Amino acid sequence: MGKLDSKVPAGPLADKWTKHKNEIDLVNPANKRNIDIIVVGTGLAGGSAAATLAELGYNVKTFCYQDSPRRAHSIAAQGGVNAAKNYQGDGDSVYRLFYDTIKGGDYRSREANVHRLAEVSTNIIDQCVAQGVPFAREYGGLLDNRSFGGVLVSRTFYAKGQTGQQLLLGAYSAMNRQIQRGKIKSYTRHEMLDLVLVDGKARGIIARDLVSGEIERHSAHAVVLATGGYGNLFFLSTYCMGANVMAAWRAHRKGAYFANPCFTQIHPTCIPVSGDHQSKLTLMSESLRNDGRIWVPAKMEDAEAIRAGKLKPTEIPEENRDYYLERRYPAFGNLVPRDVASRAAKERCDAGYGVNKTGEAVYLDFDAAIMRYGREKALTSGMKNPDDTTVRKLGEEIVEAKYGNLFQMYEKIVDENPYKTPMKIYPAVHYTMGGLWVDYNLQTTIPGCYAAGEANFSDHGANRLGASALMQGLADGYFVLPYTIGDYLSDDIRTGPISTETSEFDEAEKAVRERIEKLMSGSGIHSVDYYHKKLGKIMWNKCGMSRNAKELKEAMKEISELRKDFWENVKIPGTPDSKNQELEKAGRVADFLELGELFAMDALERNESCGGHFREEYQTEEGEALRDDENFKFVSAWEYTGEPSKSKLHKEDLVYENIKVKTRSYK
Amino acid sequence: MKLYLKIWRQKNADSKGSMVDYTLDGVESDMSFLEMLDILNEELISKGEEPVEFDHDCREGICGTCSLMINGQPHGPDSRITVCQLHMRSFNDGDEIVIEPWRATAFPVIKDLIVDRTAFDRIQQAGGYISVNTSGRPVDANAIPIEKEMADKSFNAATCIGCGACVAACKNASAMLFTSAKVSQFALLPQGQVEAAERVQNMVRQMDLEGFGNCTNTGACEVECPKGISLENIARMNREYLSASVKG
Repeated sequence: MGKLDSKVPAGPLADKWTKHKNEIDLVNPANKRNIDIIVVGTGLAGGSAAATLAELGYNVKTFCYQDSPRRAHSIAAQGGVNAAKNYQGDGDSVYRLFYDTIKGGDYRSREANVHRLAEVSTNIIDQCVAQGVPFAREYGGLLDNRSFGGVLVSRTFYAKGQTGQQLLLGAYSAMNRQIQRGKIKSYTRHEMLDLVLVDGKARGIIARDLVSGEIERHSAHAVVLATGGYGNLFFLSTYCMGANVMAAWRAHRKGAYFANPCFTQIHPTCIPVSGDHQSKLTLMSESLRNDGRIWVPAKMEDAEAIRAGKLKPTEIPEENRDYYLERRYPAFGNLVPRDVASRAAKERCDAGYGVNKTGEAVYLDFDAAIMRYGREKALTSGMKNPDDTTVRKLGEEIVEAKYGNLFQMYEKIVDENPYKTPMKIYPAVHYTMGGLWVDYNLQTTIPGCYAAGEANFSDHGANRLGASALMQGLADGYFVLPYTIGDYLSDDIRTGPISTETSEFDEAEKAVRERIEKLMSGSGIHSVDYYHKKLGKIMWNKCGMSRNAKELKEAMKEISELRKDFWENVKIPGTPDSKNQELEKAGRVADFLELGELFAMDALERNESCGGHFREEYQTEEGEALRDDENFKFVSAWEYTGEPSKSKLHKEDLVYENIKVKTRSYK
Repeated sequence: MKLYLKIWRQKNADSKGSMVDYTLDGVESDMSFLEMLDILNEELISKGEEPVEFDHDCREGICGTCSLMINGQPHGPDSRITVCQLHMRSFNDGDEIVIEPWRATAFPVIKDLIVDRTAFDRIQQAGGYISVNTSGRPVDANAIPIEKEMADKSFNAATCIGCGACVAACKNASAMLFTSAKVSQFALLPQGQVEAAERVQNMVRQMDLEGFGNCTNTGACEVECPKGISLENIARMNREYLSASVKG
């Protein structure tokens, strides 16, 4: 247990970060020039960390599998980024953002980390505006805000439905400035295949050039992993196709503990699955719940008629609709947190009220918002008695200005016009709160190996609130890691360059080559996707929105068997010494097949329901999650011992000194 | 539906490529275009052949990775979308579909349908940023109000996804629309003014060095751009460039 020290500084909560920054060791500017840092992943966390570290004077190498750092999946984040600016004067504060995040995470995150996140949130907005990120503005020229789930204030900054894109391009531009200065060397179409340890410290990586197939050695004084989450474990998710756990999992196998793997976010508003050919799911931003009302038919016969195609949703009168979120959670209504909204949708669909062919969809309806906005616009435009058609037209224009790109995206995929008929939505895997265990300094249990952004476990507990992922990625990358990493590197000012011609690099490279050889030598019966889809089905059916001990045990066994089958029978055409997408996929799926088993075991060991982790055995009479704070108020940190099922559990007890732990209620 | 595909196959950058015919059956209209290619690839793999490699990642039209020329049109027949958002309902049973990579000197083919677009990154590195340190403490975000109309215009320019369809659509393989989008984003904001002259000159110089062609105002780029980036941006860049040159 000695290894699991969270290193949270002493002192009052609000002073911890300032005090810590003042007390940690620094590296002087001349010495920074002699220190190399590898950053793997170039999304919001990796891109912003790389740019800042390079600005500070370190020599940075970045790695991404995409053809450009600008394409990391942070780019797909739609809704916004939270910050406790209180520009709306609605009572927001650093404390309130801190409180909402802890509560939203169902009291399973670390107080000190979350408070720091809330503190630096305001810097993020200042920083991004200075960089030229074009956030949405009001007519007076000031920044606009909107609301997200689980909170009662408007603190979300946004750029239409493309906030992630604009923030990522901001970080990418900061990177470009440093690439031009020669302070960042960017390796694109490269994938990290292993972490190299020298004397127990992270000192480099083995990477594969995805174009030439060449295996390369890269050394550094510290390695930062900012490689995102592992939701593609489920095959179908809102993640990009290439998202994977390889870097984090390779580090895990070398000694980094993996925390809370079963904490997964299943997002309530995604376009439902349409068929077996489907390769990914598309999110409809949570911001739509500002204006959209979620419902299913109140009468079973209506639901059946809709599924049979005999009835249209617009034909169901108001009194026969069940706005179940507004009914169950009057205080927060359609803006309850994601885990609550997802489970409520599943509950209605399981009860037989689902609305598309598969019975797995609910409506997200903008009709009321369109008419409300239309009436307001008509009044401010001086119209006295506008007819419904005019009001609707005006309202549609306003909704289009707010969410136009999302509505267009929906129409292209589903082939229905969401201005005229309600959207159909269903929950889908969207984010993973779990990840590499890190201390307050964002260091993993391997000295010199850091994890930032979604790749670490730190800030969201058992459920992440909307618009908080962008906040955390940029907080880690711009404002936290660049300071804390100096404390570690201050011991390395006399180390000099790390050689790659050592036995440690030899061994790591040899292991990587053997693994590739083994993958290529499968008997060749099934494709990589065959295994990935099978794994996804097990995960979704047995480790998804609701879980129980029996099925989790079955999942562990099935995944372990599937993994064995994969290594014997996977088929990879082509050669390893050239561009080979199937080989790339195979390496990623091989790691998912290990993580999946640990995921199920983590869910099995956690005998309580909290946030996104819902165990059927532990629920209130009303079907809400039932936490067990006495026995499970801890972070599960798993140590790899050779087999996922034999991983060793370490516990970091969560201490709440500033917040009273209570049952989460949004009623 | 049954489709007759003609697909560009090329082993690597050094080898010569050619069009290869494939017949694909059982395609459904609610599949996306890339899911149709996934099915083709599963068939090829099961036959022991190498799958067709193509670039793709987010599959929701925002990362800008996918890049296919379909029947001579960048991102295919539908407008204002990327290939990954194109669905098979845009095609009919029995259609012949020709699939090629982007064609431009500055975008060499890496393999099959994948091209090298790092020239775009180098243009951005030449000046596509505001020189502000990320570790400092800048002024409050609301200290400088920005007229909504300007902020919106800047945003519209900033929505470029860097896919390269503009280059692929242009008979001169010009990168003016791409470069001007970034120049415009900053030129329209007060934060971007300080380095405006230097920025436009550096970015245009790099664009020329990369071997992109000149703009002859055909406007094909705007028509094919999945994000609707406006030609206005090219006009703005020309003005910026001219005034920067005059200032010397």
